[in-house]
Amino acid sequence: MEDPIRLVIADAANLDVEISTLSDDDDLFEAGMTSHASVNVMLALESDYDIEFPERMLSRAVFRTIGTLRAAVAELCDGAAA
Amino acid sequence: MSGETGGTTFLEELVAARLLIPTGVPGVVGRSGAFERVLLGFDALVARVTAVDGAEVVRFPPVLPKAQLERTGYLGSFPHLAGAVFSFSGTETEAIDLAARVARGAEWSDLQAPTDVMLTPAACYPVYPWVAAAGALPPGGRLVDVAGQCFRHEPSSDPARMQSFRMHEQVRIASRDEVVSWHAGWVERGGEILASVGLATEVVPASDPFFGRAGKMLAANQREQNLKLERVFPIAADTATPIMSINYHQDHFGRDFDIRTSDGEVAHTACLGFGLERVTLALFRVHGLDADAWPDGPRERLGL
Repeated sequence: MEDPIRLVIADAANLDVEISTLSDDDDLFEAGMTSHASVNVMLALESDYDIEFPERMLSRAVFRTIGTLRAAVAELCDGAAA
Repeated sequence: MSGETGGTTFLEELVAARLLIPTGVPGVVGRSGAFERVLLGFDALVARVTAVDGAEVVRFPPVLPKAQLERTGYLGSFPHLAGAVFSFSGTETEAIDLAARVARGAEWSDLQAPTDVMLTPAACYPVYPWVAAAGALPPGGRLVDVAGQCFRHEPSSDPARMQSFRMHEQVRIASRDEVVSWHAGWVERGGEILASVGLATEVVPASDPFFGRAGKMLAANQREQNLKLERVFPIAADTATPIMSINYHQDHFGRDFDIRTSDGEVAHTACLGFGLERVTLALFRVHGLDADAWPDGPRERLGL
């Protein structure tokens, strides 16, 4: 089954490469994601997962890789469930 | 330095000294001849100091084609600051209706429609499409000197935050390495120009006032990458006000307008801008409200 987070990022990040060529630890900014595209990723993840990124998470560190985004979404979804 | 005593704000001091002329709308102020003489003196100083760089000098009006601003993403990032020009192109009956509504103090703006122009938000915006239209950059890129009236919809009683103000900018459009090195050099050079007229400034990392939550993300990006630096000076209060900013746009405008280097790469751009009213206010703040009584050094540099 397709990884849903990868689908969202592939759709919103406007990468220069196919997302399948990137590992969870590869740098999305180096792969062509601009600052504006990272905003689109944020909005798409918020809409798909019904979460809201708090201000402390609006940083390049959180949006740098598929892995860091996966961890952030997991944290926010846990918070919503609690 | 004149303090804020007895509850008199710096704005009130400036108005009392007849340097600024309030219009009734916050941030929209007239300026006296004495104020203007200092402002034009600093403007000329910037031109004199940068003349050795051989920049192409160009000036644009305070409005720019709406289509140009639409291409930059400005309306996505700063919808709250943008100003669009509306005008009337209705029928004679509608014109009579408009005048009647104005006369009785009723709302009339729905009888106006958008025009093809918007108010220029920063002096450098018209430069990018103009450069793009000339085709690929020459080897070494281009350097442009531009100045003009700018508009930001941010009404404020802070005399240093005007809605309509002038900016004198240098814009570098070249390869990434050329732009990065030019940008780095201006951090100190800008400080030296300001220090030469008695303004001791500090450099601080900064971000643009992007709109909304998406804007917080963009601002964080800008700060983390050190893309915007400001030289600040305490003009009206204890808070430091930026009087010069140095901005590295990476390939943002290069992509927006498809500007190419002589090697065919997407061009990078950077600009530095002096806020002319703000520099002038800082000068009155530090040297006093009577420019004739200022120290000889700054007076000479400003041609007063």
